[in-house]
Amino acid sequence: MPEASLATPAAHTALASPRVRVDSMALLVVPGALYLAIAFAAPLALLLIASVVRDGHLALDGYARFLADPFSWTVLANTLRAAGLTTLICVLVGYPTAFALARARGAVQSALLAALILPLSVGVVVKAFAWTILLRTDGVVNRLLVGLGIVETPVRLLFTETGLVLGAANVFLPFMVLPIFAVVKLIDPRLEESAATLGASPRYRFVHVTLPLTMPGVIAGVAFVFSMSISMYVIPTLLMGDRFKTLSILIARSFLFMRDRAMGSTVAVVLLLIAVAVVAASAIVTRRWQAAR
Amino acid sequence: MPLARATAVVLWTVAAAVVLALLAPLIVTLAVSVSASPVFNLPPPALSTRWYERTLRLRDLWPAVRLSLEIALASTAVSLALGTLCAIGVTRGSFPGKTALVTFMVSPLMMPGLVVGVAILQALRELGLRDASASLLIGHVVITLPYVTRTVVASLTLFDFTLIEAARTLGCSYPKALVKVMVPVLAPAFLTSGLFAFLASMDNYPISIFLVDARHKTLPILMLQYLEENPDPTIAAISSGLILVTIGVLLLADRLVGLRRLADF
Repeated sequence: MPEASLATPAAHTALASPRVRVDSMALLVVPGALYLAIAFAAPLALLLIASVVRDGHLALDGYARFLADPFSWTVLANTLRAAGLTTLICVLVGYPTAFALARARGAVQSALLAALILPLSVGVVVKAFAWTILLRTDGVVNRLLVGLGIVETPVRLLFTETGLVLGAANVFLPFMVLPIFAVVKLIDPRLEESAATLGASPRYRFVHVTLPLTMPGVIAGVAFVFSMSISMYVIPTLLMGDRFKTLSILIARSFLFMRDRAMGSTVAVVLLLIAVAVVAASAIVTRRWQAAR
Repeated sequence: MPLARATAVVLWTVAAAVVLALLAPLIVTLAVSVSASPVFNLPPPALSTRWYERTLRLRDLWPAVRLSLEIALASTAVSLALGTLCAIGVTRGSFPGKTALVTFMVSPLMMPGLVVGVAILQALRELGLRDASASLLIGHVVITLPYVTRTVVASLTLFDFTLIEAARTLGCSYPKALVKVMVPVLAPAFLTSGLFAFLASMDNYPISIFLVDARHKTLPILMLQYLEENPDPTIAAISSGLILVTIGVLLLADRLVGLRRLADF
């Protein structure tokens, strides 16, 4: 590492010969990084290359066909709409939950944490299966809706987009709550108190003190939930069945049933690019946000 | 202050609803698994253990459980080794592009599983590797390694490395100082990240689906296939078994490191 002396000199003040030490310590990242480079990055790069090169020439006809087909746009819209709605519900429900979790003490906090971590640890096939039961016309959700007077007669939820979004939001909610909670618990309560002492109204305090401080957690949660929602496969397979097509379902069908590698690779790269865009966008937004403050 | 009270009411109502909503799928699964009815009626008309008995007669189930456990244990072990080394390198070493490297190490978590699965499948085919167990292990380390790297990096960032120098001054050799000082401090991070890595491997569907073959199926693959072919409460019995094992593991983890640390997964 030639530029070793430029980076974080404060980290090794006590060491007698920093240069030698630094080099050998930095080498420890090699096995893990090399593993992911070979088993993760290289295969994705090959997939990308194979989708634009055929017989040594640039061939974009796969993408041309994908973009010219109105069906592709329906699939793309389905994927983004379901993911967007899922993420929206998770933010709206997850944000107050993270605050409740931070304010709770003792047994209440343990119960809340357990309720978040236990479902996180149970497999997605199990949860999606349970939602096929919960969403039935005579299921628990419908009885609750009728009981609360929200609907008069049971509504069809299973095999509808509403049911899909409800189920997905439930499965992904912990991934929204925990990043926000990680930020909320770090907020110094004296900040709010001093704002109050200075005469700031509760609303002003929330908008100008609390909300900005929690934004990094919200951005992380949104990026997490959105990237998981655009690529979910098990949940729509069980809750929507065959009729609803998302990019993930199209990829699986192309490779596993239709044996259409060309089509599958094209759709896979489209989904990959969306996922990369989400990660890049969240990194940029976080940096802008922190730079602006 | 009426507004503060209104906020508190909203917070606790949402929190209570969230607890119910998050636990509902697990409770429903447990209820259906002990129901005598073959359709998913709730509440159960009568109690029965017939679905649990049926799981014992499913020939494919137990090999799948075994394969899943083997792959999960092996990929967690590999990830703990590679991830810890990498985390020490990142926190102690000095080299350009550290942030970029950490982002890269964690990035498999943010990439679509099916796409990663397809890419690995095609790369392995190019190399001529067709062995399902080896392919699964290679694929699963890709998704378990980020958990370990992320958690151990976070834990090491807070670790005071002068403690190791102190131990050496007091007469410990360098390796002994590392083991005596660092391992106890890192133990919760190992446990938490190892647990989540293990669970991620046990649960993985999108990468596994491309790497399994007719004779080597992991548990989630087998379960989804079973659900599509003959949905009956047997699957609820299998799921309940998994839920109960998970509760047991989490209780143990809670005693060892506390739930609050698990929340920083």
